[in-house]
Amino acid sequence: MDDLDCKIINQLQGGFPICDRPFKVVATLLEIKENELLQRIEKLLKEGFLSRFGALYHAEKLGGGLTLAALSVPEQAFENVTTIVNSFPEVAHNYKREHELNMWFVIATEKPDRIQDVISEIETQTDLKVYNVPKEVEYYIGLYLEV
Amino acid sequence: MLLDHRDWNIIEIIQSGIPLISKPYASIGAKIGLSESEVIQRITQLQDNGIIKRFGIVVRHRKLGYQANAMVVWNVPDDLVSSVGKQLKEFEFVTLCYRRPRKLPDWRYNLFCMIHGQDRENVKEKIALIIEQCQFQHLEHEILFSRRCFKQCGAQYVQRKAIALDVANG
Repeated sequence: MDDLDCKIINQLQGGFPICDRPFKVVATLLEIKENELLQRIEKLLKEGFLSRFGALYHAEKLGGGLTLAALSVPEQAFENVTTIVNSFPEVAHNYKREHELNMWFVIATEKPDRIQDVISEIETQTDLKVYNVPKEVEYYIGLYLEV
Repeated sequence: MLLDHRDWNIIEIIQSGIPLISKPYASIGAKIGLSESEVIQRITQLQDNGIIKRFGIVVRHRKLGYQANAMVVWNVPDDLVSSVGKQLKEFEFVTLCYRRPRKLPDWRYNLFCMIHGQDRENVKEKIALIIEQCQFQHLEHEILFSRRCFKQCGAQYVQRKAIALDVANG
């Protein structure tokens, strides 16, 4: 990654124009050609610096369910429990964290009712208690990381 | 805002990514039988209504040099949560900040924020800065560093079934 790649990433994390030639608008801001911008984005995606280029939705407004959940998994069962939890297509992110509650994952479902089903199924299959901590108030969602 | 099947078509297409070509919205429109200006108008509306929270790139933070990722959780008296939450979001390195329920007796924390840093020391310095500047010394907190990421894919809210259903209803 060179300076221009960094500038592109910083610029595009702030949003993307919705007009007939959006890449041209961004390219002009960065003082490069539209084509160069497109090629660079393609390269950054291919090399894995970007995971995707698209929209992030408000799950509840789309009628979906969304929550954060945690498990306290005994070390020797970790691999097995990971396989079970990740086998659910509704599990979007799953992190091992350093705490007694050592597995944290996001559950996103098409319908809110399904959240409880997924939790119950995970509890049955793992024989562990799922701590369900859905968002009550959102103070900030930025996800901006300067590079 | 009531969504019709055309909105759902757009939502499905752009959740995985917009085409990397000069006129992406025209190309999306061609796929679903809408004009470019109609696509632009609908995406704008989805964004104005808060259905699209963010539109643009999603980065892989580890690959970009942010090796440490910590979920920092705080035990804040209920009447202070909202003011503490608002203070936390002012720090540019705080990327997410939510109030969530306690699960007593096992889990006492009700305010969650995410902090990314180059390494663990760097994340700890950032947390120390928050505590000092906001005088949060009295607030109990814990830092949950991530060890491994097992699964990271954007949540796929829209699946074929749902869209078909919507078309049938709409």
